[in-house]
Amino acid sequence: MSTTLKVNGKTHAVDLPDDVPLLWVLRDEIGLTGTKFGCGVASCGACTVHIDGEAVRSCQVPLSDVWGDVTTIEGVGTPDALAAIQQAWIKNQVAQCGYCQSGQIMQAASLLAENPTPTDAEIDDAMQGNLCRCGTYPRIRAAIHDAATLMQEA
Amino acid sequence: MSRVGKIARRSFLIGSAALVGGVAFGAWYVGRPAPNPLKPGQGEAAFNPFVMISKDQITLIAPRAEMGQGVSTTWASLIAEELDVDLDQVTVLHGPAAKAYYNSALMGEVLPDKGYDRSNFQHKLGDVLGHVGKVFDMQLTGGSSSMKDGYTRMREAGASARETLKEAAARQLGVKRNQLKTERAQVIAPNGTKLSYRDLAVAAADIEPIEAALKPRSEWRLLGKDQPRVDMVGKVTGTSEFGIDVRLPGMKFASVRMNPRLGGGMKHLDASDAQSMPGVEKIVDLGDGVAVVANNTWLAVQALDAIEVEWGDAPYPPESVAMFDAIRAAFEAEPNSTLRDDGDADAVPAGATLLEAEYEVPYLSHATMEPMNATALYTGDRLQIWAGNQAPTFFQSKCAEAVGLETEAVEVNVTYLGGGYGRRLEFDYGVIASKVAKAMQGTPVQVTWSREEDMAHGMFRPGAVARFKGAVQDGKAVTLDSRIAAQSVTQSMMMRLIGSPGAGPDKVHVEGAFNQPYAIPNYRTRGYLAQMDLPVGSWRSVGNSFNGFFTESFIDEMAIAAGRDPLEFRLELTEPEWAPAANVLKQVREMSGWTGKTPEGVGRGVAMSYSFGTPVAEVIEVVDEDGSIRIARAWIAADMGLVLDRRNTEAQMFGGMAFGLSAACFGEITFADGMVEQMNFPDYDSVRMHTMPKTEVALLETQEHMGGAGEPGTPPAAAALANAIFDLTGQRPRRLPLMHDFDLLI
Repeated sequence: MSTTLKVNGKTHAVDLPDDVPLLWVLRDEIGLTGTKFGCGVASCGACTVHIDGEAVRSCQVPLSDVWGDVTTIEGVGTPDALAAIQQAWIKNQVAQCGYCQSGQIMQAASLLAENPTPTDAEIDDAMQGNLCRCGTYPRIRAAIHDAATLMQEA
Repeated sequence: MSRVGKIARRSFLIGSAALVGGVAFGAWYVGRPAPNPLKPGQGEAAFNPFVMISKDQITLIAPRAEMGQGVSTTWASLIAEELDVDLDQVTVLHGPAAKAYYNSALMGEVLPDKGYDRSNFQHKLGDVLGHVGKVFDMQLTGGSSSMKDGYTRMREAGASARETLKEAAARQLGVKRNQLKTERAQVIAPNGTKLSYRDLAVAAADIEPIEAALKPRSEWRLLGKDQPRVDMVGKVTGTSEFGIDVRLPGMKFASVRMNPRLGGGMKHLDASDAQSMPGVEKIVDLGDGVAVVANNTWLAVQALDAIEVEWGDAPYPPESVAMFDAIRAAFEAEPNSTLRDDGDADAVPAGATLLEAEYEVPYLSHATMEPMNATALYTGDRLQIWAGNQAPTFFQSKCAEAVGLETEAVEVNVTYLGGGYGRRLEFDYGVIASKVAKAMQGTPVQVTWSREEDMAHGMFRPGAVARFKGAVQDGKAVTLDSRIAAQSVTQSMMMRLIGSPGAGPDKVHVEGAFNQPYAIPNYRTRGYLAQMDLPVGSWRSVGNSFNGFFTESFIDEMAIAAGRDPLEFRLELTEPEWAPAANVLKQVREMSGWTGKTPEGVGRGVAMSYSFGTPVAEVIEVVDEDGSIRIARAWIAADMGLVLDRRNTEAQMFGGMAFGLSAACFGEITFADGMVEQMNFPDYDSVRMHTMPKTEVALLETQEHMGGAGEPGTPPAAAALANAIFDLTGQRPRRLPLMHDFDLLI
């Protein structure tokens, strides 16, 4: 049975069992590989996407439960048309291995949408579910503050 | 047996002084130029293995694994500096696995000396030993060696290509080459005429490469200045291709389950339930494990869960307690090494205060964010494989062996690495993907490990036990006598690579213990190797990862016993021995405003470790927060000599420290019934946004020789933290992870 879902503004008909997590629909079926697999148990945040603007762990959302429009890192901005948050990440040269950064950016984007000028404590609260084994946290923090400024100016 | 294996058997005793014999053997071999692996097409010119120019683009080859350390950017900058191009004008590629891309610096580190006290002659000898990298076809990213390796060779590659392009322009314009200038990928004639490199490439390809002198440092445009990383835009837009992101037409998705008792084999397999599950295309019996090929990775994992397997027993003691008994038993045998034996460590100076301590650290997983995976296509006479890997020439030969092909019939495509830390020096995940691909001839297959599979099937950092004796007198250290017991990483890796553990003293095992720049009159370090059939591997900073904790914890205990300030105590020991080590201590003293006194509820610790040619001092501050311990602040000072990209190197320093802190607080791999008990990140946590200290980094450039950057931030981290916790609580941490004995903020 085919399921329909809308990702980054585009509609996809997917022929997979209902219980396949959104993560694996995005990566293996639709071919959007920017969203990463890290743990499969919602403990690392690498698979974070937005559903109707809310940050969710796509490894925990079965295909049949996708309740709204999905936005992935590819829908935030592209190399030729970077979003403000991505510009802030580049300005701060945040990424090391870079594998977790899609999830970090998706989580931070949802924080900034709710709270345009987060404090350090609010960043701690919002971002502590997103693991980075390279330890890029100081630059993620700086980039979130810079993105807040950039978005205020826009 | 592989060619590498034959050479090693014949000529090498890894880790021993007999390596010099290997160099003699290699003398004829290293003189031969390695063939250029770049095969230029119509209208393209490959000037050397590192520079390729066509009508459309300039491509620089950075054949080192980009695992976050920024190597592709700085490597390309070395070439671009001399070539006179800017990084925004070039494409940087990893290139193929090839002889020409051997690592010339890594083997220089096998000299059984302390490193920091090397004379210029010995540094030269290290360079000669570097040719061993070529004998072995050792294309390898590790040992914090890339910049030492590439620094001169890559600038020469750029300069040679530039002069050859100028010669082509000179012939075309009828002027002398020395009348021409170059700038931003153009040759500029005295009359202002500009010719682009891309237009000159084909003509230049017919000219014998020209050697050129290198620019003085004062003329550098790129090196020594922060460069935007070439991989940054891709990594913030989700468009960089990691191994797990490879997508090929008609590709299938697979996952694998190996014996949770590592190396234990498989007695019985029943896949009847899995066969008919959704999406499943094929069950592959690997002999020592099973793979499911499906149309979706998650469905493959579900099918694996439905397979019943009777696994063989573990070939090592099945419980952690028994494993550590085996490690301690190694102390009863003769030491494998005594690489430092200054003075008389057995003598007891009259009136001295004696100290003894035993420390213990656990096995550790690398836990890269990207789980192990590889993608392979087998077509009968050929194998193509895509993966992030730190040693692609070894990867190539091992995958070839796995499917019964010649090495030359295997093409390795190295993607970005979602973390390496030493785990991707291994080839196990490539071999598994190759075997699955062989069972799916003609169809590309991506084999992704679940996190649980990855966690349980590591090439672990070995658990280790250290026994220290020391003596202090009149406020000074007079004796430091350390004994280190663990499985040997060197021997375990050599067994996997060439089927033989090698012989001689294992230097890596005692690195970070025997070679610290401390002037202590009686200083001895002995290494003891525990024999166990559990795979262990290189984990960011390798032996230094445990010896840094052991040595710097004990030095702290000695300082306290001597009634001295721990930082001043270290300073006094380093100053007469090696100035750069003293300099980094002075730097963190100044940055942190170290007074030796901390208010109630605050603790501070310091540690200094010398590794991979670089001394690093770290001060860590912890605070009591309602009964739990928060790592509040950190100060890092490092001296690797010349810094090619400061912003990027700073990231390596605080990242290396974070990696060490994560392990110190939470990291452990334990065994029960032969199986790893940790399953996933909830059992193997790391420092996170709210537990990462506010950190300042200083990079000094006071030493003459180039040191490494990727690993030296890690070794002092655990000790600096443990010493801070002692300062806060009065309780001396002697085992890791700290979460078992202290209430850490999580």
